[in-house]
Amino acid sequence: MASILQAKDLGKQVESGGQPLVILHEVSFTVEPGDSLAILGASGSGKSTLLGLLAGLDVPSSGTVYLNGVDIFSIDEDARARLRGRLAGFVFQSFQLLPALNALENVMLPLELFGAADARERATIALQRVGLAARLSHLPKHLSGGEQQRVAMARAFVVQPKILFADEPTGNLDAATGSQIIDLMLELNGAQGTTLILVTHDEVLAQQCGRQLHLAAGKIVP
Amino acid sequence: MWSAVAFGSREDCAVNTLRLSWLMLRRDWRTGEWRVLLIALVLAVGSISTVGLFANRVGLALQQQATSFLGADLRLVATHPFPPAYRAAALQRGLRVVENATFPSMVVYGQQNVLAKIHAVEEGYPLRGKIHIYDGTDHVAQGIPAPGTLWADKRLLQRMGLQLGNEVVIGELRLRVAARVVRDVDQSIGFASFAPSVLINAADVPASGLIQPGSRISYKILFAGDSAQLDDMRVWLKGQLAVGEKLEDVRDARPEIRTALERAEHFLGLAALTAVVLAGVAMALAASHFIIRHLDTCAMMRCLGATQSQVLRIFMYQFLLLGVLAVLLGGLLGYAAQSVLVQSIESMREAALPPPDWLPLWQAAASGMALLLGFAFLPLWQLKGVSPLRVIRRELGLPPARTSLLYASGAIVLSALFLWQAGSLKLGLTVLAGLVAGLLLFGLLAWLAVHALAWLPLRGSHAFANLARHGRTNALQIVALSLGGMALLLLTFVRADLLESWRGRLPPDAPNHFIVNIQPDQLASIKKFFIQQQLPTPQLFPMVRGRLIAVNDQAISGNDYPETRASRLVEREFNLSWSDHLPTDNTLAQGVWWERGTSSVLSVEEGIAETLGINIGDILTYDVAGSPFSAKVVNLRKVQWDSMQVNFYVITSPDLMKDYSASYLTSFYLPADKAHASDALIKDFPNLLIIDTEAVIEQVRKIMDQIAQTMSAVFLFTLLSGLAVLYAALLATQDERIHQAAILRTLGADSRYLRRLHLTEFAVLGALSGLFAAAGGTLLGWVLAIKVLEIPYHSSALIWLVGVGGGMVTVTLAGWLATRRVARMSPLQVLQSV
Repeated sequence: MASILQAKDLGKQVESGGQPLVILHEVSFTVEPGDSLAILGASGSGKSTLLGLLAGLDVPSSGTVYLNGVDIFSIDEDARARLRGRLAGFVFQSFQLLPALNALENVMLPLELFGAADARERATIALQRVGLAARLSHLPKHLSGGEQQRVAMARAFVVQPKILFADEPTGNLDAATGSQIIDLMLELNGAQGTTLILVTHDEVLAQQCGRQLHLAAGKIVP
Repeated sequence: MWSAVAFGSREDCAVNTLRLSWLMLRRDWRTGEWRVLLIALVLAVGSISTVGLFANRVGLALQQQATSFLGADLRLVATHPFPPAYRAAALQRGLRVVENATFPSMVVYGQQNVLAKIHAVEEGYPLRGKIHIYDGTDHVAQGIPAPGTLWADKRLLQRMGLQLGNEVVIGELRLRVAARVVRDVDQSIGFASFAPSVLINAADVPASGLIQPGSRISYKILFAGDSAQLDDMRVWLKGQLAVGEKLEDVRDARPEIRTALERAEHFLGLAALTAVVLAGVAMALAASHFIIRHLDTCAMMRCLGATQSQVLRIFMYQFLLLGVLAVLLGGLLGYAAQSVLVQSIESMREAALPPPDWLPLWQAAASGMALLLGFAFLPLWQLKGVSPLRVIRRELGLPPARTSLLYASGAIVLSALFLWQAGSLKLGLTVLAGLVAGLLLFGLLAWLAVHALAWLPLRGSHAFANLARHGRTNALQIVALSLGGMALLLLTFVRADLLESWRGRLPPDAPNHFIVNIQPDQLASIKKFFIQQQLPTPQLFPMVRGRLIAVNDQAISGNDYPETRASRLVEREFNLSWSDHLPTDNTLAQGVWWERGTSSVLSVEEGIAETLGINIGDILTYDVAGSPFSAKVVNLRKVQWDSMQVNFYVITSPDLMKDYSASYLTSFYLPADKAHASDALIKDFPNLLIIDTEAVIEQVRKIMDQIAQTMSAVFLFTLLSGLAVLYAALLATQDERIHQAAILRTLGADSRYLRRLHLTEFAVLGALSGLFAAAGGTLLGWVLAIKVLEIPYHSSALIWLVGVGGGMVTVTLAGWLATRRVARMSPLQVLQSV
């Protein structure tokens, strides 16, 4: 089976105080469909930068990424955006819900961007799945952190992504809520056969994934 | 399991983008994000449309009035009868037509003969305006004199001692005097008929035997209808005009009122733009605040797969929807404001002004959309470049903007609006350049002031340091607030003084009568007459009529001047006067007045000099009754044509005129209780033409009153826009203040400390804004007085006190209202609310 995600000699370097600063150095790995991969590392190890590059949110200094067989840095920014919209879902530490839209509208958003006809029905079902059937018309600021992350999860899964990128999804939550969120994410991941790329610094959480990738100073370490 | 998602077509996406825009607009509206932008735009459109609609209605009323002075919309004058094709062509176009003939004839009553001007009119005359007659009662005439009767003016009746009912002879006709004409349609100033006039029915003319070959008859054909029919007729007529036929329309009538109105329109238009500039500032602040608040939204949408253009379209549609809404509301507001204005001005309510055209509303709408484009669309463009990476790296903000481009877009829109409203490139550019220079200067001074305060060892130094840290933002806020304050101070202090001085230009005893055709041998007896009547002795001005035939020895004719006005001026005779002194109400614009005894020099009015391209040093040659003279232009004069005083385009040194026979003219104020004096004057000096200008003066005075009241309404818009700037400025910095407060609270600052910090900052901002507002108000007042209204200006010390004090109190109060909850909230609550 063809791999869903492949990083090839991925490097990122920025200018800092007139000096080049290497954030990622020749990172290469492959992820198969349905796998779950935890990217671990201390603060500043380059894990969020790696996630940004894998999802095509940022552009590397060297190397490339193949997402579902497409070299995402050989296409332009808009084409990458469309590819993300069709293949990927995202869950972030800071939830990133649009404050002006209610829970249902936030979940409908990715569907509406692509003109899906049944966005409302699908979003309602997705919110029911994450246990928020009674919170459809609530604005994000009226939801708890856990509830906001559930909405974000429904938004990520509603487009039936082939791959889910999660950046410290429990970072803003207490331990009990965080654990519930992870269970839910893994359950959805398993149920839909979605590939999961999870960035975390939590070893226990990482252990729930099929594979772990340790980063230190921008390099993969054993 | 969830089923697979069926993604829609391109069209579905477009529909969804629009739906999403509408949804987000609605949601953002609830959170108040759009409020400032909408309010600012509504005020701008409201302000422009109020002035536009108001000026349009007054202009239309004036046009109607002007048509009544012609008795028609369009008039063709000739020295021969018109071919029947003219009447047929007009009727075919749906126009109303009448033909008149005017000729001089002796009116005989008993032993007396008086030369009169006979107007033979057809049924239907006048097509525009009304004739007021007295036939026992004073009323508007229905129709024209019946065959066998005539209507005569007061001059004829007084000269011949005629009573209503008497019979007079004109040619072979015997006609009964059926009425006295109180006011005819074409008694505009400049109508210099020296003979009394008589109105008869055209049906009587053939029997009079007066129309013979060689008779001096002026034929007139009058047309009235709608503007499309008239335009069509005008074009057709221009192709048909024979020698001796001249087309006249309303543009030729009432120049003095038209001048007053045009000046007022430009002035009001520019005043309206102060509201527009403020609205622009508020919109720019609100738009940049909006954009900063939507960075996350943009990044998230990009992350979810939205393309750059899709993101841009989502926000663009929101701005467009908002623009359309604002234009509609602004238009309604403008319409309502001008209606209230017209209703509140007594003279206008009575005048029953015609309803306005749609044009000013379209112009206001276009201006509103242009403002939105200039101040909001380009900042919006930046959102397109927001990186999706911001979802994980929040420190990523907007891509570096081309600030020069952003400023340039606003400046271009404002420049275009200023040039349009000013009506002249020079005035528009002067006002705009002054405004921009003032803003930059105030901005720099504000920046220096907030930095200087931070260096002073004062209590509350944390607040001063805080102000200095955001020097640029605060300088911008100070400039914006001082613009609002300036409008307020102008409204309260400067406006009343200016208006009083301006109205003072036309004092209650402004001359209301002109006497023309005074002969040199009558000068002494005229002066004596005034003394006898206990009226101030008027200044008598000599006058000869001459035609300009050469400039610098180059012969000229009307064809040398492409501009119609210049061409007409060259073709007609000028009234020339002479004097050793500069007339009291004239001022020198260029050059110096001549010493007594200087010979062969001229003084020219600067307006006509500009029209004809005459400069100091040019040699002008005039032909007076076939005898030419040449003289050098040594100065240009500024003349207040609306002062109702006798004024001349050209004044010569006395030596040039001594050999020509002159007549004299004067103007004087005749109080209502001495109206009989004018009758006595006509009786004693039958050759004089006395022109009553009371109606014209009344009209100019009314226009001034109307403008004064309109100006109040316009400045109200400016004031409201100033408040919008205050609101936008507070909103733009609110998030940062809240964030800072939360950190300070966490570090142990109590609510008293926070309150003092905020209030000190706001008080300083307010005081500096007030100071600049007072400076700006004084400066603008001076410019308006000296440059626009041409009146002296006296500054008031109170403006500084009220400016600084008022600014401090208002901004502190508004700031306190905006931030008072911050001091009471817990740090976590505060941070979560940002």
